[in-house]
Amino acid sequence: MSWIDICAIDDIPLRGARKLKTALGCVAVFRTGEEEVFAASDTCPHKGGPLSEGIVHGQSVTCPLHNWVFDLNSGHAQGEDGRIATYPARTEAGRVLIDVARLATRSAA
Amino acid sequence: MTLKLVIVGAGMASGRVIEHLVEENPDAFDVTLFNAEPRGNYNRIMLSPVLSGEKTYDEIVTHDEDWYARHGVTCRFGEHVIGIDRDRRVVIGQKGEVSYDKLIIATGSAPFIIPVQGKDLPGVITYRDLDDTNAMIKAAQEGGKAVVIGGGLLGLEAAAGLAERGMQVTVVHLMGHLMERQLDEAAGYLLRRDLEKRGITIRTQASTKAIIGNGQTEAVLLEGGETLPADLVVMAVGIRPETRLASDTGLEVARGIEVNAQMQTSDQDIYAVGECVEFGGHLFGLVAPLYDQAKVLAQTLLGQPEAFVVKDIATKLKVTGCDLFSAGDFAEGPGREDIVFRDPSRGVYKRLVIEGDRLVGAVMYGDTADGTWFFSLIKDGTKIEEMRETLIFGPAFQEGASADPLSAVAALPPEAEICGCNGICKGTITNAIASGATDLGAVRAQTKASASCGTCTGLVEQLLQVTLGDDFQMPTAQPVCGCCDLTHEDVRRLIKAQELKSQEAVWQELGWKSRNGCHVCRPAVNFYLLADWPLEYRDDPQSRFVNERKHANIQKDGTFSVVPRMWGGITNAAELRAIADAADKYNVPTVKVTGGQRIDLLGIKGEDLPHIWADLNKAGLVSGHAYSKGLRTVKTCVGTDHCRFGTQDSTGLGIKLEQILWGSWTPHKVKLAVSGCPRNCAEATCKDVGIICVDSGYQVGVAGAAGMDLKETERLVDVPTEAEAIEWTVAFIQLYRENAKYLDRPYKWVAKVGLAWVKERLIDPVERARLVDAFELSQSFFRKDPWAEQAKQAERFQPLADLTLEAAE
Repeated sequence: MSWIDICAIDDIPLRGARKLKTALGCVAVFRTGEEEVFAASDTCPHKGGPLSEGIVHGQSVTCPLHNWVFDLNSGHAQGEDGRIATYPARTEAGRVLIDVARLATRSAA
Repeated sequence: MTLKLVIVGAGMASGRVIEHLVEENPDAFDVTLFNAEPRGNYNRIMLSPVLSGEKTYDEIVTHDEDWYARHGVTCRFGEHVIGIDRDRRVVIGQKGEVSYDKLIIATGSAPFIIPVQGKDLPGVITYRDLDDTNAMIKAAQEGGKAVVIGGGLLGLEAAAGLAERGMQVTVVHLMGHLMERQLDEAAGYLLRRDLEKRGITIRTQASTKAIIGNGQTEAVLLEGGETLPADLVVMAVGIRPETRLASDTGLEVARGIEVNAQMQTSDQDIYAVGECVEFGGHLFGLVAPLYDQAKVLAQTLLGQPEAFVVKDIATKLKVTGCDLFSAGDFAEGPGREDIVFRDPSRGVYKRLVIEGDRLVGAVMYGDTADGTWFFSLIKDGTKIEEMRETLIFGPAFQEGASADPLSAVAALPPEAEICGCNGICKGTITNAIASGATDLGAVRAQTKASASCGTCTGLVEQLLQVTLGDDFQMPTAQPVCGCCDLTHEDVRRLIKAQELKSQEAVWQELGWKSRNGCHVCRPAVNFYLLADWPLEYRDDPQSRFVNERKHANIQKDGTFSVVPRMWGGITNAAELRAIADAADKYNVPTVKVTGGQRIDLLGIKGEDLPHIWADLNKAGLVSGHAYSKGLRTVKTCVGTDHCRFGTQDSTGLGIKLEQILWGSWTPHKVKLAVSGCPRNCAEATCKDVGIICVDSGYQVGVAGAAGMDLKETERLVDVPTEAEAIEWTVAFIQLYRENAKYLDRPYKWVAKVGLAWVKERLIDPVERARLVDAFELSQSFFRKDPWAEQAKQAERFQPLADLTLEAAE
């Protein structure tokens, strides 16, 4: 694990998302609660919709293009045969941390 | 041999250490106890009942003079410790030195004072010890107004106590909901509701700028300029470990005094215990871990092996009548699932957080009877897979029962209005049912309820079912989505009838089955709330579809389109030049003239949006709302200005209408047109509102369509003056805003309620004036350019970070 500090929790709107540029493409960081965050691929496997622009509800996000709903815990699309990659993310003392090691191993794998 | 033990601070943690010592080996230590307060150990947690008058100080004393005398503790109360000399192993008090073999620092915590102007004025107090409590009790005797800064555990207990003693209390809280560290938004909403019921005003997302007063506090000034009168200001924003003595002594101090699992500081003969310590990065504010520490420390001093471990803790608020419970980790970290249960009729909310096959967190409000059981499941890490389905119903209820979808209607008071058209309340309808009206038709005939626009039909049917039980066969109605059992019409009506003014209020009172809705219901509820409560409810961009949140239309490749407003389709060379310059500067691949008489710039990157908006703003161009469920365009012809057939100034009227209506949110998009003569060059007869100018005045048509359906407008009214044409148009749009289902265009809504019903409402000059006023009130918030506001926060449109390099390493 190699956690790096990405931003303050308030940089991401509550029930919203921001995106990160990585070597694997854009990763969306979702804030589902006051201190609850998830990180996952920003790209919908259906038609490539930007998930960071979707409506965030519970621990899910709805793609803005065609309403595919993804569970941010597993990355699985509800009722569809599709999945997005998820990455470890957490909050600590009001900051958002992402495990970059995981992003790198993914690219090597 | 008896060792000399000196303790600095007589609080609950050090008190517990002494209890353990005298119990297990009364002769091991000769104890000297310093305390800055002129008294010994009392139960600090019970200060809130003292403040509210439910208990007296004497009832909360843990150790009195007798107790200390009996156990041979030398008390030096009311005496400050000035320093510690580690070389000579002495503690230096104001009245002289004491030598020690072992030393315990238990200095507790100090209230955090926010560094604002006026923080030192008389009348500003913190809430930490008995003196603070007495100061509040004294202040409350004078009556008057109090402002409590901080909506956490301590602040709310102070607020409730002061309200109990007759003060008018306002709580100012920085975050979006109360007790955000212990509660989620739903429980925070219920807590707020209960506190408001006892007359306490709650201000969330409010930041204190200064405390104002001349020799005595008079008011609290908020960021944003509002002042709250205050004879008393209680600062309860948090506490920090009191570490000054320890750091002056040269001990290792981070946020608190650093200790190992034996509570030993960086000096092997000096220990620390309580709120002043930091262990493994943790600070401690609740009593349970402090007692654990005290036990460990006593064992260590007695030479027994013992180690302190951090455990989950549970929280309860000590305000009579506010029943809440929170435990474990309910708000942090991925990989978790929620189980939510709400019972609106009893004001109950429960949420369990599950990770894998274990319960990791629980929040409860209204019914906390099962709190201890859930807490033990969390602490013990019990596998819950077997009882997962029924877990939320508690230990006594393993049969499983589902929430009653009718409970929201059952919970309504008899005077709640069900039918807005005819002003029929619940009591009238249930009386009619009781006296023999056992189906919808009979209720309609007897009471007129649901006999006009019909949007409350679902509610009347639910009342029939609640009252008649199985004797009534419920017709199937389409609920908004899987999150609830109510139709759009029911939700709208209940938002009005129950005066629900926040999303949390809707989720709770209408029995939502998810934590905060979904992409189907949340945009609808957001619109209903802002349309019905423009003063109280603030639009939530996170509940809007991307286009409305970004103020641009997302395209299939993820780029956006930008359409500036051209009032009534009129533009000029300067605006066109600014648009051309922007097209060059941002490499816009496609520039298109739209059907709504304006220009569309397509293919703009998300990051560029705030910049292109700022550039267009400079030329006086504002958002065209080409993306919104709101007013789009008012198409016009050139009217009397240039056309030889024009009968009225159609361009002028179009511009006026667009300037009145722009920025408003509506259930779906709204398009208007004004034609200067019946030749209808502006194609007004297929719009949501289309006005045809004639010699004698204006023909206002509504409910046209030229999309999926094609439909000619229906004539609403003919009026002689331009002012009346505007008045009827605005009133129609407001009626649509107040009544239509989200995502119904006006033609669909009119088809449901009937044009006759619409006319009947609008023909009444009082109702028409009310609608126009209500629209104007709402527009005082929304008639402004969102681009100008968004352009100010350009950084929000950029990626958070570029990790391309890190990730590749």
